[in-house]
Formats: sequence, C-alpha cells, structure tokens
Amino acid sequence: MARTTGFVLVAALLLLMSGCDNSSSTTAAPGSGLQGDLLVSAAASLTDAFTDVAAAFEAANPGVDVLVNFGGSSALREQIIEGAPVDVFASANMSNMDRVVEAGEVAGEPQIFATNLLQIAVPAGNPAGITGLQDFNRQELLIGLCAEAVPCGDFARQALVRAGVVPAVDTYEPDVRSLLTKVEASELDAGITYVTDVASAGGSVAGVDIPIDHNVVAEYPIAALANAPHRDIADAFVAFVLSDAGEAILSEYGFSSP
Amino acid sequence: MTARGLSVDLLLRRSDTFRLALDLTIGPGKTIALLGPNGSGKSTAVAAIAGLLPIDTGEIALNDTVLDNPDGRLFVPAEQRRIGVVFQDYLLFPHLTALENVSFGLRSRRIGRDEALSRSREWLARLGLSELETSKPGDLSGGQAQRVALARALVTEPDLLLLDEPLAALDVTTRSELRHTLDEHLAAFPGPRMLITHDPTEAFLLADEIHIIEHGEITQSGSADEIRLRPRTQYAADLAGSNLVAGVASSGIVNAGAQTLHIADDAIRGPVLVTVHPTAITVHSHAPEGSQRNSWATTVERVEQLGSRVRLRTGAPLPLTVEITEGSRADLSLEPGARVWIAFKATEVGVSRA
Amino acid sequence: MLGLVGVAFFVLPLLGLLGRVPWSDLPELMTSPVVADALRLSMIASISATAISLVVGVPLAWLMARVEFPGRALLRGIVTLPLVLPPVVGGAALLFALGRRGLVGEPLNEATGLLLPFSTWGVIVAATFVAMPFLVITVEGALRNMDRRYEGAAATLGARRWTVLRRVTLPMIGPSLVAGLVLTWARAFGEFGATITFAGNLQGRTQTLPLAVFVALESDRDTAVAISLIMVVVSLAVLVALRDWWGRAL
Repeated sequence: MARTTGFVLVAALLLLMSGCDNSSSTTAAPGSGLQGDLLVSAAASLTDAFTDVAAAFEAANPGVDVLVNFGGSSALREQIIEGAPVDVFASANMSNMDRVVEAGEVAGEPQIFATNLLQIAVPAGNPAGITGLQDFNRQELLIGLCAEAVPCGDFARQALVRAGVVPAVDTYEPDVRSLLTKVEASELDAGITYVTDVASAGGSVAGVDIPIDHNVVAEYPIAALANAPHRDIADAFVAFVLSDAGEAILSEYGFSSP
Repeated sequence: MTARGLSVDLLLRRSDTFRLALDLTIGPGKTIALLGPNGSGKSTAVAAIAGLLPIDTGEIALNDTVLDNPDGRLFVPAEQRRIGVVFQDYLLFPHLTALENVSFGLRSRRIGRDEALSRSREWLARLGLSELETSKPGDLSGGQAQRVALARALVTEPDLLLLDEPLAALDVTTRSELRHTLDEHLAAFPGPRMLITHDPTEAFLLADEIHIIEHGEITQSGSADEIRLRPRTQYAADLAGSNLVAGVASSGIVNAGAQTLHIADDAIRGPVLVTVHPTAITVHSHAPEGSQRNSWATTVERVEQLGSRVRLRTGAPLPLTVEITEGSRADLSLEPGARVWIAFKATEVGVSRA
Repeated sequence: MLGLVGVAFFVLPLLGLLGRVPWSDLPELMTSPVVADALRLSMIASISATAISLVVGVPLAWLMARVEFPGRALLRGIVTLPLVLPPVVGGAALLFALGRRGLVGEPLNEATGLLLPFSTWGVIVAATFVAMPFLVITVEGALRNMDRRYEGAAATLGARRWTVLRRVTLPMIGPSLVAGLVLTWARAFGEFGATITFAGNLQGRTQTLPLAVFVALESDRDTAVAISLIMVVVSLAVLVALRDWWGRAL
C-alpha cells in the first residue's frame, strides 16, 4: 500500500517538475554547469535539515531544482528497489542502505554523512515525570515507539534491550515524525525519537537523555543511485552534503559529524 | 352538527393561489359524489377529511365526534379517525401480500392475528379474490387491485367511506364491471359514503347527491337530474351535454346579449341561467312555420357524427349545440358554412336564477 | 472498448497481487498471530462500526429527510464531510476532539478515566466516523424518494407512527438500507488513515488488517501479500453474498 502510494506520488511529482522546468534550466549560471532536476529520498528524521541543505544546493546551482521525498527509510528503500526514479538516497540506518546496495541500485560506495543519537521525547513540561528508559515499563503511561522496520524503531528496541527494560508500548508509529507529532500533542506521554527531532520541535517537546551506554548511534549513509536519471547532479549533491557547508547545516539541527 | 353522518364546513388554504371551501353533510346510508375537474380541490378534500391535512378554519365532525376544529384546538390524527379510504392508485403496500394488505388495518388496531386473518379472508372471498390471497400487488390486474383496496378499507368497519377516484385507473370495460361491484358494496355499507370523481357517469350512477366542485368551491349541489336539467356553470353544462347561456330576464323574455329568448316563465326577473338541451332544437332550411317562439337564422360551424346521432355547432347570433338524427342530416345536406334556421319552444328552455 | 478499460482498471491490481502470493507458505502465514490478531480486530471493528452506524445513522437520516429545521443543509454538509476529507485529516480531527487533550476527550478522561486513542474502541470510533456517512446518505436518499402517500394510507388504516415506520417505511426502503450497510461495512473494513492517526498501531489492540499490511510491506513482503489476499477474499465474499440485495437497490 505504501509502496504503491509512494510510487504514484513520485511519478506525480516528476510530472509536475517536468512541467515547471522552464526558466531555471535555460539560464546558464556562472560557476555551475549543472542543469536539471534532482530527486532525493531522505529519511523522515532529516526533514528540517535536508530542506535547508536542498535550498543551499539550489542557491549554489541555480540551474538545478531539488525535490526531497521524506519518509520512513524502509518505505523509501522499497520504492527504490521497485524502480522509483530517485537520484540520491539518504537513509537513517545502514541496513536499509545495505538492502539497496544488494539490489544493485547504488553507484559506488555509500558514505556516512551524519550521526544521530536517540533521545526520549516528552511533551513540554514533562507531565508524566519521565526520567529515563526505566519509566517505559509503566503500564499506566501512554508510550509510543517507531515501528520496528523503521530505523528509529529498530534502534529504540536495541536501546531498551541494553537498558534491560520491557516497554509497555501503546502504539508503533509508521515514522518518527508521526510519533513526534503525537508526543507534541500530549496524546503520548513519551516516545523514543532522535535528538534532532526533539530539537526541531522547539519548545513543544522536551527531551530526556539516554545514557551513552544504552544509546545507539545512528549512522546516516548517503549514496547516489546507479540508475539515477541525473547522475552528475546526484554526485554533486552527495559531495555537497559531505562538504563543510553541508555538515554545517546538519549540525545546526543537532546532527553530529561522522 | 348532525347527530349522525359526516358534517364538513371547512376552509383550507393550500398555497397563495389555492383555497378549498367545503360545506356539506352526508347522512348515514347516503352516497355523495364530489364531482369536478382535475385541480378543483377534490384530493385536498379527501386529505382533509381523512386527517392527513389539517384545516385552517371550520369543523369536520363524524357521528357526533369532532375530528378537526382549529378554533377549539381539536385535531384527531388520521390513525384515530375511523375512516376507510380507497385511494387513487390504490396504494397497496407493495411488499405485502393481498391478504396482509387487507389485514393491515385490523392488525394496526391490535386485533389478534387469527381474527384479523379470518375476517380479511372473508372479505377477499366476498370480492371473489380468494385465489389471490398470497399474491403481491405487483402481480394483480387493475381490477383485482381495486377490489383488494376496497376490501382493505371495508374490513375495518369504518364509520365513513371515502373513495378517491376509485375507477380512474381502469380501462373502460373493467370500469363498468367494477362500478357494479362498487355500487353493491356501497349500498351495503351502513355509514355515509363520499365518492370523489371527475367522471360524471360514475357520479350520476353511484351517488344520491352530487356536489360539483370547481376551483376549490362547490358550485352546484343536487340530484343527477337537477344538474343535468339545470346546470349552473359551464362545467356542469358540459357534463350534462347541454347548452348554457347567461342573461337577464323580464316578462318572459331573456336578454342574452346578441339574441333574446322567449321563456315560459313570466314572473322571473333579473340575472338568470338558461339551458336548452341540444335535442330540443330543430333545424330547417328555411324559416319554420310553427309554434316555436325561438327561431333565428344562423350558420353551421361544425358537424360531428356520434354513432347514429349528429351534433352541430351553430354560430352567430348565439352559438348553440344542436343534436339531430342521421336522417334529418341527410334531408338537409348540412355542411360547415351552410345557412340554416334553428328553432325551439319556449317551454323547452330551462331557467334558473343566476 | 472503454468498458474494457474500466474492467482492466479493477482486475489488473488484483492480478498483480495474486502474482506475488507465496502459495506454499500461505497456510503458515495466514495462521500466524499477527494475521490472526489483525483479522479479529478488523472484523470486530468493521461489524461494530456498521452496527453503530445503523442504530445512530437511520434516525439521523430520518431526521434529515423528514423534519424541517434551520441549518438542515449545513448538517447534511457536515455529515458528508468524512466522505470528502482525507482519512488522516479525519483521524487528526478525532484526536483534537476525543484525544487525551481533546475538546471532549480531556474532560471525559479526567472524569471517568476513559481514553479512546490507542484502544480497540478507538479503532471502532475511527471506522464509524469514516463509514457512517455512507449509511446516512443512502438511507436519507431512499426516504426522500419513497412515495409518502403509502405512509398516509397506513395512517388512515389506523397505524400509529411507530407501526408505519416498522411495517411500511423501513420495508419499503429495505433494499437501499442493505446497500447502505454493505457500503458502510466495506468502508469500515478498509479504513487505514483515521485508524492509524487516532487509534495508533499495536498488534492485538489496534492493528487492523490494513495497518498490518502497511507495516509488513516494509519488513516482510510475504506476510503483506498474505494479509492483502485475506482482505480481498473477505471483501469479495461479503459483496458477492449480498449482491442480490444491493444490486436491487442501486
């Protein structure tokens, strides 16, 4: 269901893009010979950061239009494997990227461009008084995690195992952003998201740290895809993300450099 | 208020343009016909008496019970009035069998299932419909459906019987068969009965008294003969197949505008309605010699053959419908445009005050 | 020719699905706890939603069809809204109203401890919200279109309002009522967006078949296909079984 929806979405987006391609590609900008569109599939937790990255890349390359498709890394992986015309894939964990590599869809080697840590997200003011992972086994609380197939969910599960906690989960959300939204709305008492997600929510979500011995370092790999329709632009984008300029934007949002 | 029977004196405003005013009584064992063209207010009258439509002012009472009196804040809803209605289109419940339809009224009034069914069966048998007990209305012919509708209304032994165009949906042959059945059962019904129709034959044959309704008002009441001989409106005259002329009478003469007429009554004065039956008028090729005091020359406008009868329409000075035999026509060789003389006696002219 | 295109539109995705079915693993997949729980929840939710829609929806439809009151047109618009809104928006709206911090949900929770999100009742509420409009609209249409003179005839035969409703009105709109119920059930059975947004996703408590497919698609393709197959089979069974009734009404 998600795969097909994603497919249709991507196709529709491409149609739209090809329609409004006009002025930007006909003006030859100084310094950049790149022209055309770029479709990037990026993990949901990269939403705010990559929106800025894309804008910065477009500013540096006026002939280029970047469109970023955000979603759960596993859903994005499926789309690529099924043949979606994506140029760049930025995943929230290695295992999803590995699956894409196995399918022969990656050009060259994926590179880690950022790392992230898990953090407990609670509504502003921490009404349930959460102090750590040990609170996650309290039945009376409303606890949410990402679905296991999603990197955030997989890591959360690992962290809980390390902490020796059996959680009383009330819902497994399809991606980290919908989990965050429910915490923000106080519909959930706590959830495990990334540090960057808590930061992005500003004052409406508070964070409770997970000690480093329980925490899981999420490594974010990025790669241009073998069947990318715009290979040259894809490579340029990957290089940009890995550059100081790219890293600077990412660290603004709480990501750490690899 | 009458001790028994139906008394109606009502005013009902349906819309800005339509208003029904009704004032009539029906004694027990009597059949009244409400006869009028479509749109004259007949269906509104049925709805008001049946309790499906409240009146604006006046009163409807049945056998000493007031059914509707707005000033007295009295309104008895339809389901509490003991009135049997046979509707135009019958309105047999399409999802129920004939037997279930007939027993519907009894079951609604909490009569036990067995008793309701046996009484219903009896009525269906009386109307010759026993084999159709389990048929659905969709499988019945027009005549059969009409009889089921009649049984359905009569089985509850109502105090008043209302029949709204009961024969209208039937073809001519079925209609005359069923008119006979209807007549029998109406005669056997002890209470007052009201028949609503646009068919004068139906009214003339089935009713004791006829009320002609036009544009929401009763324009004439009387027996079939009275209406036929002395119609008071064009519609009534057309029903009776007669000629109707308005004029002013004085000393045995009626001034009808372009023509004066001699009448037998010297005493009557003032505005009158005058009728002459088409068969009372004779046609001649020259000025007739004879005792007819009314005669004039005119032109034939239309000739119509109706079986062995011939109807003519004559023109100025006073257009009239004339009916003669086939033989007479042959003698006179009448064609449209022919100049003829018509004549009729003063005694043949019906006069009534307008 | 265009008709054939129409047929293809419906048949092709079905063929695509059948082409991926892991036939040898099917029995094992279909009896796994994930699938069993999801099927149980889907049946409970869709049947409950249909039942609630019947009990609440028919009187509402009657009100809208038969009673004149100010704002009736607005009410009709509001009732139709769940048909037009994206289900996720519907789920969000339910959250704002009935969630823990919701307009009604918060006082309700504080007074009685009752909480709808993340519970099976939440699934039923979400399914009812998106599906009931089908029943209301169908029944309202049928009530408007029926010949009301039959109700008048029943009244003259002595039937009081409840008897008229029971023995004349409802039987006469019977086929439309059944068609409405089938549509309502089908919509409730397939509901996803409002469920996942309002009730969340937890096996055994809120994870209905559509949610289970969604989750399985990303991790276990075979299970996803097996669940999809179950949904198709159950839906076809219901629709075919009732084809006479709702064919008659439409």
